[in-house]
Amino acid sequence: MDRNNRKGWLYLLPAMAFLGAFLVYPLVDVAIYSMEEGYNFASQTYLGVGLYNYSYVLHDPYFLQALKNTFILVIITVPLSTGLALLISVGLSSIKKLRDLYQTVFFLPYVTNTLAVGLVFMILFQQTPYSDGLINRILSLFGVAPIDFISGPYWAKMLTLCVYTVWVVMPFKILILTGALASVDESYYSAARVDGSSKWRIFCRITLPMISPSVFYLVITGFIGAFKAYSDAVALFGVDLNAAGMNTIVGYIYDMLYGTSGGYPSYASAAAIVLFAIVLTITCCNLMVSKKHVHY
Amino acid sequence: MDYQTIERSAARRAKVRKVLTYILLTFWAIIVLFPFYWMVLTSVKGYGAYNSEWIPKLYTLSPTLENYRSAFTAVPLAGYFVNTVIFTLATTALMLVVTILAAFAFSRLQFRGKDLVFTLFLSFMMIPSELVVITNFVTITNWDMRNTFMGLILPSVTSVFYIYLLKENFSQIPDELYYAAKVDGTSDLRYLRKVMIPMCKPTIITITILKIIECWNSFVWPRLITDDQSYFLVSGGIQEIRENGFGRENIPAMMAAVVVISLPLIVLFLIFRKKIMAGVARGGVKG
Repeated sequence: MDRNNRKGWLYLLPAMAFLGAFLVYPLVDVAIYSMEEGYNFASQTYLGVGLYNYSYVLHDPYFLQALKNTFILVIITVPLSTGLALLISVGLSSIKKLRDLYQTVFFLPYVTNTLAVGLVFMILFQQTPYSDGLINRILSLFGVAPIDFISGPYWAKMLTLCVYTVWVVMPFKILILTGALASVDESYYSAARVDGSSKWRIFCRITLPMISPSVFYLVITGFIGAFKAYSDAVALFGVDLNAAGMNTIVGYIYDMLYGTSGGYPSYASAAAIVLFAIVLTITCCNLMVSKKHVHY
Repeated sequence: MDYQTIERSAARRAKVRKVLTYILLTFWAIIVLFPFYWMVLTSVKGYGAYNSEWIPKLYTLSPTLENYRSAFTAVPLAGYFVNTVIFTLATTALMLVVTILAAFAFSRLQFRGKDLVFTLFLSFMMIPSELVVITNFVTITNWDMRNTFMGLILPSVTSVFYIYLLKENFSQIPDELYYAAKVDGTSDLRYLRKVMIPMCKPTIITITILKIIECWNSFVWPRLITDDQSYFLVSGGIQEIRENGFGRENIPAMMAAVVVISLPLIVLFLIFRKKIMAGVARGGVKG
């Protein structure tokens, strides 16, 4: 038995070494960093211990801007993408012909490089001295004056970011929802049809409750994912998000750590813990709401 | 209102609903596919032709491969590409070794504290990467591993979720096989290699592909840890190309680079479509 004991740990050793060095230790360390005031990266010394880093971050206008951007992004994209995905998935599961083809097409954005395709969105939305860009051309058909969606007014940039974020997150949501819809027992529908229930009533009273765990899962992961938005914004607006006024919380963390504005791991740590606290709070709220509305 | 008219109107309504469904699905398919069409189209437009189009054209009559040539000559795209392939292969290979060994220990071997460690592993899944990336950055910097492949690879190796996935699969293999192999005097490692891995090949392929996608698209960590262009991966490379590559105006060349970068994963996806979608549905989350 003793030999087997040692062998078990031996097989686990590589995984434990990696996780310990790059997951557990950093978790402890980040909390310590966030408390060390006036940390100097070069000499690795600090002046004292306290909550100054948090207060600095929470008063930093860049952080407040990032917080505002992230919240707007979350509030717009999570309901929009979930609703749209629900609509498309219901449509997808009601057809037979071409279903596989549609499903494959809808999943494509998942496997593409966010940074690379973001550039395509940039040139579609951008207004340059040479061209108004395709989106502006389409809008002009409806009598809308051209707007620079990439470096123009704040709301236009936010709109572009939301559109791109929805485009990126849709594949995952459609995949999960079509899976959930397929697993609803057909006999429920038959019973409802015998009773003469309308389609809408069947959807609200049978389909939605049956797939509510999946919808709820998507809402939670959607919130978490949207709060961590970063590379979508970089793809559209470039690395210097502060200058564009489009920074996100995660972007703020990385900017504090590295680059021209970097070298402040303490501030970055404090911001990361603030982000974690926000995500944790929202997830707990979601869980509480779900207790009431989700049928398992 | 006799029975027939009711039936006919119901049939008509069903038809309308069906047409509307197809319109909706096709509309979304166009939105999904259009950026891909646009990037391929722009990449074959000539530089002069593109910039003289005040109204962007939806097609081109004189396609050129010039942009692809400049994508490989004017910027080190081939270098980014090779770096990404090395990074992806090395990380995925290491991940497989670590994951298979750990999953074997959790599913087959008996030792004290196993359940506790497994629960601990599962709880690690909830740790957001943003929280640990700061210390990892400092660690790798202190180890003098910035701008090295080791620095890129090491923190990207472990994925607790894959250990969990494979452990579940390993556990389904009946114990009898193991005891039979033990009676025959087969060593654990040989049993793992000859029996467990072949039997769980589908799961192993799934986690391999998911990891490849993850590696190919990784941006944040490589950007933090490399500032030397010769170690850039494709994500960082495309960003570099955008900021100061061909000159900000040469959109067609930029799009050629985008096509080159996107192509491998799209091909991989079209080959392993079913496996990838099933794998993601089981627990992949983007990002």
